[in-house]
Amino acid sequence: MLPGLARLAAGPVAIMECRQNIPCNPCADACPRGAIRPFDDINDCPELDMDRCNGCGACLACCPGLAIFVVDYTYSPDRVLVKIPYEFSPDPQAGYRVEALDRSGRTVGMAEVINVQVYKNKTRVLGLAVPEAIALEVRHIRQLRKGSSHE
Amino acid sequence: MKTDIAIIGAGPAGLVAALHAARAGARVLLLERFPYLGGQLIKQTHKFFGSRSEYAGERGVDIAGRLIGEVNAADRVTVWEDSAALGYYPDGVLTVRHQGEFRTILPGKLIVATGAAEKSLVFPNNDLPGIYGAGAVQTLMNVYGVLPGKRLLMVGAGNIGVIVAYQLLQAGVEVAAIIEAGPAVGCYQVHAAKVERCGVPIYTSHTVKHAQGGSSLEGVVICRLDSDWRPVAGTEKEFAVDGMCLAVGLSPLTELLWQAGCKMCYVPELGGNIPLRDDDLLTSHPDIYVAGDVAGIEEASTAMVEGKIAGLAAALASGDPAADLRPELTAAKAQLRALRAGPLSAKIRKGLAKVTKSALAEVV
Repeated sequence: MLPGLARLAAGPVAIMECRQNIPCNPCADACPRGAIRPFDDINDCPELDMDRCNGCGACLACCPGLAIFVVDYTYSPDRVLVKIPYEFSPDPQAGYRVEALDRSGRTVGMAEVINVQVYKNKTRVLGLAVPEAIALEVRHIRQLRKGSSHE
Repeated sequence: MKTDIAIIGAGPAGLVAALHAARAGARVLLLERFPYLGGQLIKQTHKFFGSRSEYAGERGVDIAGRLIGEVNAADRVTVWEDSAALGYYPDGVLTVRHQGEFRTILPGKLIVATGAAEKSLVFPNNDLPGIYGAGAVQTLMNVYGVLPGKRLLMVGAGNIGVIVAYQLLQAGVEVAAIIEAGPAVGCYQVHAAKVERCGVPIYTSHTVKHAQGGSSLEGVVICRLDSDWRPVAGTEKEFAVDGMCLAVGLSPLTELLWQAGCKMCYVPELGGNIPLRDDDLLTSHPDIYVAGDVAGIEEASTAMVEGKIAGLAAALASGDPAADLRPELTAAKAQLRALRAGPLSAKIRKGLAKVTKSALAEVV
């Protein structure tokens, strides 16, 4: 399910946390590179061709389950860029420091918002720079109180 | 007033039924009890599942806008808002309260797409202000922009409970916990993951023991249930909350079907009493079709496909369709089967087996 170390080192790649057979397939339609195999049965789980995926994040923005993330281990020598879907206001801004939360909502460290992509369906895709140790755990953020966000 | 097809209810099923029946050449009268169209769709701020043909990846409220726009632009669709169907009689007359006036309609075919009502839960003080159904919470927040409370407890971890919990978080409300009487959540795992990463705990095998408060809700005491669904003494937990949201299931709104004499069957898998029907969604009454939650509680995506099937089938049956509709009808049925083919739809398939064509032949 997770990309191997060699694939992580080669550049951005999607991680799909969609492991239940539910009737849903827009991710496959969204991929501009055909990296998500077309569904035979709409209840199948998505299958990602990691060699074809370049981590663009198009699938991430359209996924109704908010279950797709992108990691880029080539972002910088000491930090990994993690892209997450985000649907809370206010919109974080590039440069903000935010708390990084794991799948259970626990704070696992700090993240810096590098960029915010706004998609047509209003889902935001946040690019977060995080320490490598937590790169595969970060799934959500908590914004700090107003005024302290980017000091 | 005469029309080829009258459709009762302008939610996802009724809107799609109207569009397809009109495209097939039928004159359609679309009746909606509320002063605005869209049914539950207008409250759905989350992205929908399904495939491209059910608008997957788009938000329910945006799908509503798109369908309502198409219905309003359609030549052969007449829309009556603020219009409640009152009764359907053996001479084929449908009576309607249309903006305060009593009206009679003579439709060739009738499509009933009245949707569902929320179920409630019995516990001491369940009538305290601050205790809502999930639909009411969504109406307050997403239609009128009013927060239902500062800190809420969600009861029910099906898709609706967990999605509404997520919408509450988006609106800035604290969700103290989600509790679920069953031993596991009923929602899609990805929906549960969205609220879990926000730190919301989910307690399975738990129910409400009682609510407490003076003039409004101040707290809720929950307790654990054993494997026979009996409360376990000493497991009480108290939450200080000013709101509680009940998302404990839906019940089909079938009054008109009963009144019109359709054969009904109690199917707990699909929410209660539902009409017997064939795969065109024709009931035991030769002129009444059904679509959406009134035919059995499912998702909005299946409601839209059912609307398409009922709209096409009713147009076909009313005589002179503009084109051969059968290929499109067959494709829609295949689309519906595909949506229901997964392991999570096993219960729905079991329920449908009790009310579809073969069952109809036996009972009628």
